[in-house]
Parts: sequence; C-alpha cells; structure tokens
Amino acid sequence: MSDTHAEAAQLAFVRQEPIPPAPPPVAEAGIVKWLRDNLFSSVPNAILTLASLWAIWWLLSSSMPWVFNGVWDAGSLRECREILDGATGACWAVVRERWAQLVFGVTYPEEAYWRPATAFVLLFVALAPVLFPKAPRSLLPFTAVYPFLAYFLVWGGSVWVPVMAAAGFVVGYLVFQRLVAQSFAMGFFGAIAAALVFWWVAGFVTPTLTAIAPITLEAVESRNMGGFMLNLILGTVCVSLSLPIGIALALGRQSGMPVVKWICIVFIEFIRGVPLITLLFVANVVLAYFLPPNSTFDLILRVIIMITMFASAYIAEVVRGGLAALPKGQYEAASALGLDYPQAMRLIILPQALKISIPGIVNVAVGLFKDTTLVSVIAMFDLVGMIRGPILASTDWNGVYWELFGFAAALFFVVCYGISQYSQWLERQLQTDRR
Amino acid sequence: MTSVTEPPRESFRLSMLLNDKRYRFYTFQFVALLLLIVFMAYLGWNLVRNLAILGQDISFEFLGTPAGYDINQSLIPYENQDPHLRASFVGVLNTLLVAFLGCVTATIFGVLAGVLRLSKNWLVAKLMAVYVEIFRNVPVLIWILIIFFVMTAALPPPSAFRGDDPSSTMLFDAIALTNRGVYVPKPIWGAGSGALAAVFLASIAGAIYYRRYATRLLYATGRLLPMVWPTLAILILPTLAAYALLGGPVTLEYPELRGFNFQDGIQIRGSLIALWFALAIYTGAFIAENVRAGILSVSHGQTEAAAALGLRPRRVMSLVVLPQALRVVIPPVISQYLNLTKNSSLAIAVGYMDVTGTLGGITLNQTGRAIESVLLLMLFYLLISLSISAVMNLYNNAVKLKER
Repeated sequence: MSDTHAEAAQLAFVRQEPIPPAPPPVAEAGIVKWLRDNLFSSVPNAILTLASLWAIWWLLSSSMPWVFNGVWDAGSLRECREILDGATGACWAVVRERWAQLVFGVTYPEEAYWRPATAFVLLFVALAPVLFPKAPRSLLPFTAVYPFLAYFLVWGGSVWVPVMAAAGFVVGYLVFQRLVAQSFAMGFFGAIAAALVFWWVAGFVTPTLTAIAPITLEAVESRNMGGFMLNLILGTVCVSLSLPIGIALALGRQSGMPVVKWICIVFIEFIRGVPLITLLFVANVVLAYFLPPNSTFDLILRVIIMITMFASAYIAEVVRGGLAALPKGQYEAASALGLDYPQAMRLIILPQALKISIPGIVNVAVGLFKDTTLVSVIAMFDLVGMIRGPILASTDWNGVYWELFGFAAALFFVVCYGISQYSQWLERQLQTDRR
Repeated sequence: MTSVTEPPRESFRLSMLLNDKRYRFYTFQFVALLLLIVFMAYLGWNLVRNLAILGQDISFEFLGTPAGYDINQSLIPYENQDPHLRASFVGVLNTLLVAFLGCVTATIFGVLAGVLRLSKNWLVAKLMAVYVEIFRNVPVLIWILIIFFVMTAALPPPSAFRGDDPSSTMLFDAIALTNRGVYVPKPIWGAGSGALAAVFLASIAGAIYYRRYATRLLYATGRLLPMVWPTLAILILPTLAAYALLGGPVTLEYPELRGFNFQDGIQIRGSLIALWFALAIYTGAFIAENVRAGILSVSHGQTEAAAALGLRPRRVMSLVVLPQALRVVIPPVISQYLNLTKNSSLAIAVGYMDVTGTLGGITLNQTGRAIESVLLLMLFYLLISLSISAVMNLYNNAVKLKER
C-alpha cells in the first residue's frame, strides 16, 4: 500500500477526478446526426431524399403561386383572367360567389339558410356526449332530441310531426320498460307494436294539433336540398340508421336459427356484391315499381333507404368480425352465469365486440360519406352534382375545374381525415388491456 | 345405488312455443319466414299492379333488338345496329378492361407506397404518408372528375400537332397526348407472328423449368446457380432471335394526323385514362396501407432469427418476411381489387362505356326496361364478386396456418 503511495508521490501529475465526457463529434450529434441517420444514411437513400426534395419543390413551386395569387373578388372567369392579366393564379372568386349554392344547393330558400346552419352547429353539441367520454352526461337528453329537432329545422313544416314521432319512441320505451321484466322479446315487440299504434293514431291528430297550435317553419321539400348539406344529411342519417340494422344483421348471421341466418347471409352478400351505383339506380328507377301505386316517396327518401341498406351490410360484416374475434370463453361464461341470449349480448358480448369493431365501423362511415357523392350520378345536386351541373355549365364559370374540385376535395378531406383521426384517438382511449 | 330418474315428460302446451327454448326457435323462424314471404308478396303484388297500370310487362326480348347507339371504345367489333345484348357485352369487356388495368397499376402504386412508407428515410416515409392520407380521404368520384377535366382542359387538341411548326409534338414520334385521348402505336400481327408467340411461350416455360432445376440443385447439393441473368436471357434471347429469323413479323402502326384527327394506331380515350388512373391511385393508397400492415405484422424476432441463421438481408426479406407478410396482405388486397371493380361503375360519370354505361345507361333509357336492365347489371357484378370471393376462400384455405 505505502509503496504505491510512494510511487504516486514521485510522479509529476496524477489526475484526481475523471475527465468530463467530451462532446460527441459534430457529425454524431444534433441535427447533423439526425440528417445522416434519417436522410443520407447511404447513397441510394441520399438519392431518394434528393428526388423527394425535388418532387416537393416542384409541387409547391407550381401550385403555391397559383393558390396564393388567387383572385377572390370577381363576377366571372373572364373578369378573373382580366384581373390576373396573364399571371398565374387561381380564381377563388367562384367559391366566394357560389358559396351558398355549394353549401345549400340552388333551390333551398335563401331566408332559411340559418336553419340547416343551426342544425349543423347543434350536431356537434349532440354528438359530443356520444363521441367523447369526458363530455358532460347532461347533454345526452339533447342527443336524443336532436334528430327530431334537426328534421324540424331542415325540412320545416309543422312542429307537431317531429314531436309526435318522438312521442312514439317515448311510448315504445315505456311499454318496453313494463314488459321487459317478463321477457326481452315480449318487451321488444310490444314496444314496436305500441309505437306503431301510436303513430297511426298520431297521423289523425297531427293536423288538428297544427290547426290549434300552429308552430310551423316554412316547409322545404326534399328535392330542394343540395350542395354539401345533402352530403352531410345523407352521411349522418344513413350511418346512424345503418348501425343498429348492421348489428342486428350480424347477430342474425351468427344465430343458430337456419332460416334467420340464411336471410341475413343472402341479404349481406347480395348488397356487398353489387356497386352502390346500381343500388342508386334501383332507388331512382326501379324502387317505384315495388311501392304501392300512386304513392309519393320522394327521391331523397328512396336514396336514404338504399344507402342505409348498403351501409348496414358492410357494418354487419365488421361487427361479425368483432363477434368472431371474441374468445369463445366469453360466450360460455355468459351462459354459465345464467344470462339468456338478449342479456348475454347486451351485457357481455356486444360491448366487447363493438369495441373491437370501432376502427372498422369508422372506416365504413368514412367510406359511406365519400360515397354520398355518387348521388350526383342519378341527377341529385349534392356538392359534386352542383359543381358538374349548374356551376360549370353556367357561362360565367365554365372552365374553373381546379378551383371547384380542389375546394370539394378539401372539404371532404377535412371531414374524413378528422373522423379517422378521431377513431385512432378513441381506440387509444378504449385500450383497457394496457400493460 | 344410484338410479337415473327420467325427467318428467311434460305434455306439450301451446305456451311452450314462446317460453321453451326447444320450441321457441321454431316459432321465431316460422315468424321470420312468414314476414319475409308477406313482404315479398307485398312487393310482388305492387309490381304487378304498377305494371298493369303502366301497361308494361317483364321481358328480355329487348336484348335482341338493335341498340342504335355508338360506343366509342370497344374491344370487339361493334356497330350501332348490333343488338343490345352485344352492346352490353362490349360494356362488360370494357369494365373488365379497366378493372384489369386498374388492378395492375394499383398494385404497383400500393406496393411501392407501402414499402416506401416503412423506409428508414424520414422524408420519403412522410411523403408516402401524405399520399396515402390525401387519396384515401377524398371521394374517388372527385379524383376521376379532376383527372378527366384536367386531361381535357390541359392537353392540346389534335390540331396543335399540325403544320410545319406545331405547338405540340408526339413523344418518340409514336405517342400523341391530346385532349381527345392518347394515341399509341398499334401492333400489326403479320405472317409468322404465331410462331413468334409460340417461341415466347416456350421460353417462359424454359425459364420456369430452369428456376425449378436450380432450386432442386440447391436443395440436393447446396450448389447455388445464378438466377436473375439466366432467367432474363432465357426469356428474351430466343424471342429476339426468332423475330430476326422470321424477318420481323410484327410491325407497329403509328398514329398519324390526317384531317382533323389522328388516324391509325390505338386511341385510348381520355375517359378510360381518367378512370384507370384515378382508380389506380385511389385504390393504391388503400393497398399501401394493407402492405404496410402486412409487413409490420411479421414480428421483429423473425427477422432477427433469420439474421442469426446467417441469411443475408435480401434473403431474409424473400425467404422469411415476405412469405409471412403475404399471407396477411393478400386477402385484403383481393377485396380491394373487388372494390376497384365495383368502383369502375363510376365510368358513367365521365362517359366511358362500361357495362353500367351501356346496359344500365343508354340501353335502359332507350328501352325503358328499368327492372330487367338493373337486374342483369346487378347479376353481372354479383357474379364477379362471388367468383372473386371464391378464389379468395381457396387462397385462404391454402395459406392457412397448418395447426395440429
């Protein structure tokens, strides 16, 4: 021991504390390292990076001047060109001048624009408690009222029609509450019967009520709906109607009753096998043959029926995937607890199966919303129909393709991308099996 | 001593039809069947009454009457005096044509974008993510219309190619991009082209045989033969030699500007190109996601294990990762093909005469046979879908994990 001390004392210098770590070489730190790792790790990678940079530069340099040099204030394409005077630039004036048509269609009465706009804003209030678990629960009653309120706002007419429709649901629910103690089937079918009877009676009472208390908004017929509003109406109505039908179809396809099972299989496979366009043709030209003579089903209602059938077949397949993904033990455990079929489904199976199916259901919803543009093919004036028909055909705006379709694409992108981001967020929220 | 007592045999009561699980099934099914029959009968009865009021009947005789309309793009000879049936058949072929072209192109786009999205290159990965998100979230109808209108608005008319100093020129003197469509050279099959085709088919068989032989040799002796170059040589050289020996049996007929339009060559209409390209990039974005999910589904341990066995990165990809990924990728990709085929019915929006445009469009409007036309149309699409799902089921059974 003392030897080493003595040796140490003879040395000129002994470092008492460790050298502080040197900073990494410039090439191995910070942004340079990131660049080397992610963009220039090898020669082919560097070439790819340069090629992508060139592509981005080319895209931006050719589109940005056009976008930002746009004309916002002009009455026609000719005026736009005069203002631009040869420079590149978009003619955004068309969006500004035809804004109301793009959003509401041509024939929706101008003084009533506030009604669908209000319904649109309220839609978010109504959806909040359904979509976000943290939203106040006290909004749920409003969600239940919303469909009737929205109908009243968009279509107008007597307030008693939606009120009676809502009352029918309340009556059905009350009957269900009373009868469900005996058996679920009894409550379910009893509720349907009670609601139907109520609506039948209400059909006679409503005109009288309207005469006594005439609370009405100016009625707007369905054929006057158009623009992006029509896409939104079709999208929300059809998705919300097709969810319960799709779940019922999926359960039917899983059921042990061969007749029910085969009805569901044939329906689902038939609908999934044909393009939506042919179903819209059916709504347009064929469905009228199968309805009672002289009945007046308007086109929008027929289209809603067909799109709902279409969407429910797809949702049924998604839900079936969810049902199949559940371990068999869950079904057996439910039976072992003594739950009957409706109870097992409601309390054990469906909550888990639906959770698994959320991404699929959202995919179907997004796809369906995009597919609502197909109604323009059967001469309905939704957003795309408005652009292709009245706006591009007008002498003022003949030839402004990029601006109009760019605008439509941007609208759809915002909605669809928003929905898919929401579904990813919800998936993370519902991940209960986090380790 | 235990004795098994028989459960008391209850006599059948009517209420058991509702309350007893054994009989309830029959009640429900009977009610369901009854409701279905009543519903169908109601629809049928309405149909009969409506037809009686309109003085119509259901008959498929209209398929035999002359169509009387022209189809601007047809794979088989067609004139406007041909019957509706032939017009529909032209439409069917056009649907299959655009579906085939679209599927091939969409696969190329999809695989490229899916693989590049997993690239270690940050910029490329992000760029591909942007491509996928933009194209997935905008309706395909809008893409079709954008490409169609841009093609007609941005490309020069055929007259721009005329004169001594034309404002537009043909690519390689062979391809003309005009607002009436793209004109490409047309192959003329001269005498001896049959022999040429036979040589080519034989060399394909030879290439397959060579690859089989090389694999067998590898497994038997461990000797590795080169693969890529011999295959290419077997594929190309005999055909080239036969072409030279036979004195060039196949020639190209170039499109030529005569009068107001291009003559000769093959005209690919703008509507077909718009539909084809739009369907390809739209479906390609979905396929990219399937490919990405498939590659990610192969666990990293597999790659590491293969590397630990001493396989080189390329072989890790081709022998370990891809075979496992393909099992996950192919079923959703096939259903994307199915979607593309169904979406090709949007051809009607740009005037491409597919089966929806002929049978479901002009034929329906001219003859007023709505029920029959739409029924045939649905049956056609149903047939395609069912056969594709049959193929998919066969494939799924073939690649299913073989478990005990």
